[in-house]
Amino acid sequence: MKKAHVILGIAALAAMLVVPGLLKNYGIHLFTTWLVFIIATMGLNLTVGYAGQKSLGHAAFFGIGAYTVAILLKAGISFWIGLPAAALLCFGVGLLLGFPALRVQTIYLAFATLGFNTALWLVMRNEEWLTGGTFGINNIARPGLFGFSLDGNLAYYYLVLAFAVVLGALLWGLLRSPWGKAFTALRDNPIRAESLGVDIRSYTLMSFAIGAVYAGIAGGLYASQVQFIDPATFTVGSSIMMYLMVVVGGPGYFFGPLLGSAVGVILPEWLRFAQAWYLFVFGAAVVLLMIWLPDGLLSVPERLRARRQSREESAARAARAATHTPSNGGQA
Amino acid sequence: MNPMNQPLLQVRGLKKAYGAIQAVGGVSFDVRPGEIFGVIGPNGSGKTTLFNSMLGQITPDEGQILLHGQDVSRLGPLELNRRGVGRTFQTLQVFGKMSVRDNLIVAAQEHRGSLLSRMFAPGDSGLGARADALIDQFHIRHVAHKKAGELSYGQQKLVDIAMAFMSEPDLVLLDEPCAGVNPSLVGGISTLLKQLNQSRRGSFVVIEHNMDFVMDLCHRIMVMVEGQVMAIGTPAEIRANKQVLDAYLGS
Repeated sequence: MKKAHVILGIAALAAMLVVPGLLKNYGIHLFTTWLVFIIATMGLNLTVGYAGQKSLGHAAFFGIGAYTVAILLKAGISFWIGLPAAALLCFGVGLLLGFPALRVQTIYLAFATLGFNTALWLVMRNEEWLTGGTFGINNIARPGLFGFSLDGNLAYYYLVLAFAVVLGALLWGLLRSPWGKAFTALRDNPIRAESLGVDIRSYTLMSFAIGAVYAGIAGGLYASQVQFIDPATFTVGSSIMMYLMVVVGGPGYFFGPLLGSAVGVILPEWLRFAQAWYLFVFGAAVVLLMIWLPDGLLSVPERLRARRQSREESAARAARAATHTPSNGGQA
Repeated sequence: MNPMNQPLLQVRGLKKAYGAIQAVGGVSFDVRPGEIFGVIGPNGSGKTTLFNSMLGQITPDEGQILLHGQDVSRLGPLELNRRGVGRTFQTLQVFGKMSVRDNLIVAAQEHRGSLLSRMFAPGDSGLGARADALIDQFHIRHVAHKKAGELSYGQQKLVDIAMAFMSEPDLVLLDEPCAGVNPSLVGGISTLLKQLNQSRRGSFVVIEHNMDFVMDLCHRIMVMVEGQVMAIGTPAEIRANKQVLDAYLGS
């Protein structure tokens, strides 16, 4: 399992390093968007997949990150200050959104977070003095780094890739630390976890806060990527789409967001041939996937293993039965 | 008082009512260091309410619970665990998607360092050796790296009990450790608990309906009937108590 992880990680990284160099601008844009959503859904996977907190407000953090970077850039403040500021702000707001989760769970928590997303979307739409309202903010600059301009699409793509790799490595480290086990314990059985001294309160709050940081950084990167943001990108619909990416990829699987974001970002492009029917085909594909693989795409290896195991066990049972038959058979 | 003679746990006049029903009506007893203390009684006699009060799951209406002489009757389950109270549940409560070894490690890791320091600690929190020792003691070495949810009921029960001992608690409360366990394993669990009691000088409070198990394992037994203590004594005394025989054990 671990070896497979490493191979999968290296293969994905190699493809991501090489392929965009061969693509035209639109392809690069698509790959960058994919990476941005990988970062955002890595955070959501922590909140939902590992810690088991059903959040439908992730796009709000994505929005906070995007608007923070855009507004600060417009005020003449560097991207390299804006992005950490976005992350910090999201950490704080994420912590606050964690508090309802200490009281309510499952579908009720989903509704509470959905309400938060709607409220934040209204702020983005109505507070024109700050956010530009429905017109949004345009001409958002791209940053430079150590004197190099990242204006070019490919150069910016590699910046986002670097962020994705570093944030992925940090998350990997976090999940391998005692925190990873505490999150899983919280998800699988909070009452038992508490009886073993797991501070479920702190871990619940931190799962929201850290998840929000990932969304915030993704949002900041997204603002400079597309150079124009408006509230429509940060609706409840986007939160649901991100949740879908996590679920389709495999919640609680480290590489789930990689596949899930591909389904959410790249699959719709492949379905363009279907034209007006594209949404229908996409929706039907998701329905079928959820019926066959309720635990997501990355549950396939585990399913195959479980199937092989039960086949082996029934074969062993049959073999045992066969050896027993002669002694009984003679008397029958 | 000499701390060696001080009871580990003191329950004083504990009362808890649900509406008009007095589930526990003024219960007092002590548990001494190193003692295995059994609680028996018919269904509805208040054993579980008593247990839940001792574990911080519910707050008693009246009375005190003292641990090492300190009042803990208003503390929640998290604080009680941090102060050295472990427990098992009546039903299986393992983390099914984690390996057996990880189940044991997560059962003690939160007792080490601060929340922040645990973010940078190694994955096994330095508890690998302790987990392996319990794995060997519980004879679950061959399944140590399997997911707990994939094990048989009996094996999961062993993991469940082992988890309660990982943080080396002073007091372990076991809620029907033999419920649903096949007769051949009941003896095994009894032996394990005796070993743990000897090697760690651990104190246990055990609720159990299996009379042979309780009589064999416990140093002292408390009989509860309708929220009251009917008798406290050694297994021999309880067996010989006419009142207990009439009310619960039967002739």
